[in-house]
Amino acid sequence: MREQQASRTFDVVNTIAILFFVLLCLAPFLHILAISLSSARAIMSGEVSLLPVELNWKAYKQVFTDMSMIRSLGFTVVLTLIFTVLCMLMSIAAAYPLAKTKLKGRKAVMFLIVITMFFSGGIIPEYMLVRNLHLLDSIWALVLPGLISPFYLIILITFFQNIPDSLEESAEMDGSSHIRTLISIIVPLSMPVIATLSLFYAVGRWNGFQDTLMYITSPEMYPLQLKLYQLVQNNMVSELMQAEGATGQSMLQPEGLKAASVMFATVPILLVYPWLQRYFVSGVMLGAVKG
Amino acid sequence: MNLAVYLRRYWQLYALLVLPVCYFIVFKYAPMYGILIAFKDFNFFQGINGSEWIGFEAFKEVFAMKDFYKTLRNTLMLNFLDLLVSFPAPLFLAIMLYELKTAWFKKLSQTILYIPHFISWVIIGGIVYQVFGTQSGMINNIITSMGFEAIPFLTDKNDWLITYLAVGVWQSAGWGTIIYLAALTGINRELFEAADVDGAGRLRKIWSITLPSLKPTIVTLLIINLGHMIAIGFDRPFVIGNTAVRDYSDVLSTFVYRIGIESGQYTLATVVGLFQAVVGLVFVLGANYASKKLADQSIM
Repeated sequence: MREQQASRTFDVVNTIAILFFVLLCLAPFLHILAISLSSARAIMSGEVSLLPVELNWKAYKQVFTDMSMIRSLGFTVVLTLIFTVLCMLMSIAAAYPLAKTKLKGRKAVMFLIVITMFFSGGIIPEYMLVRNLHLLDSIWALVLPGLISPFYLIILITFFQNIPDSLEESAEMDGSSHIRTLISIIVPLSMPVIATLSLFYAVGRWNGFQDTLMYITSPEMYPLQLKLYQLVQNNMVSELMQAEGATGQSMLQPEGLKAASVMFATVPILLVYPWLQRYFVSGVMLGAVKG
Repeated sequence: MNLAVYLRRYWQLYALLVLPVCYFIVFKYAPMYGILIAFKDFNFFQGINGSEWIGFEAFKEVFAMKDFYKTLRNTLMLNFLDLLVSFPAPLFLAIMLYELKTAWFKKLSQTILYIPHFISWVIIGGIVYQVFGTQSGMINNIITSMGFEAIPFLTDKNDWLITYLAVGVWQSAGWGTIIYLAALTGINRELFEAADVDGAGRLRKIWSITLPSLKPTIVTLLIINLGHMIAIGFDRPFVIGNTAVRDYSDVLSTFVYRIGIESGQYTLATVVGLFQAVVGLVFVLGANYASKKLADQSIM
């Protein structure tokens, strides 16, 4: 009896602790949401924590009428789509031949690929390459350099290798060419892993920042992350000025607008994430089996 | 089978490989050739090949820079502190989640705990300023309302370390549980039943069954982490750091960006990048060797 009691206590404490961590996870988002919906006066006086004070939509109206913000979102969507489609085409094209262990020259190509997982030229030589190819300040600077991730490629190769050979052999008996077999048999059977890898590529591109900072200079080509970074920098400047004793809030943009912009960039991810969660999780497992 | 017959039969497979191989040569191997910049007095007009050889001059210059040692120290320090704090967090969280009995609550908790992993560092940076800011940040609002003095989480370098580490745990702890939870599904349920018969309590079962069954996973992950001690992402220190805390926030990746892309000292920046790549390679190979010896499995 006493043991049962102790076990019950454990469950209650554990549940409360998890609940606390879940809230801790959400609190920053709730705070930003609350700020974005509160009046400037309430934000200044420090009244806003997790719930909006003096609810209003002004900040959002401003964000949604800011054409540069909308354009940035549109550009990021297009960029992510082009990038993901090309990544998957290249990865599938590479993985199918490399999944065939008997293919002559396979080892050499695998060697060429695996080396790049352990050693790279570094940021400056990569920058020089993009510059020399005249890709600076174009969408291709953000697409081409990252087309194939060796890690994801190996996941795909492993998956292809686990498809029973008999399926392919029967297709070949019927006179199907390799490319035809790939398109009509292998790809349909691999949809779960293709979905998972597409998501990883897409999220990586959506969230990618350093290359946008290095390669993009004209404002009309700013992806969302770069656009948002300027806001963050804004915050930093005012924080530093306050640290040096200057008074007054950030002179550049009101807090509510900044918060609304952060929400604007976060919500697309939050909207798609719950529906795709199982693909993400299965992706980690695929990586772990091999990795 | 002679070559002509072989190629006639398999040419499509090779055709598929043409573009991917070109990709690796152009975008991975050409930058490796670009490492030559480290040994040349590089300037744009003469290009990589036309610039003058200077041998190891630039290396000498880098190894005499105070900032180089500072960023190297910061890289190791931030990674080490991260390992102390962010490495155990998902382990505890995973065990707690594993002990949850209500299926829907467990699933919902997991869904929410994974979210921060999908938020970019730039967005997290935006959030950090609203939450940790000195004058109007949420945490300092609470601290000052209780009558204490505000803590400069973003502008004092020691307080900034707390911010950096806390944000790291917040971002990675939930997602990190996945691999532990997967390992936990492999535990033989009969072990728990046997422990029940012996009258073991919940904590005792965690200590004697759950934790030992996670040991291989823990060791492997630890070794992987140690292998990446000198590698550090760019976004996190760059976005969360600022000039007031540069003593701690300037790391190798941001240093390369700053002296290379911002100041145009391409040769020096390439040297630093090369140093990081070579030492990183040694670390990773060493970690792999260690895991082969210890866990009897290669992590590569």
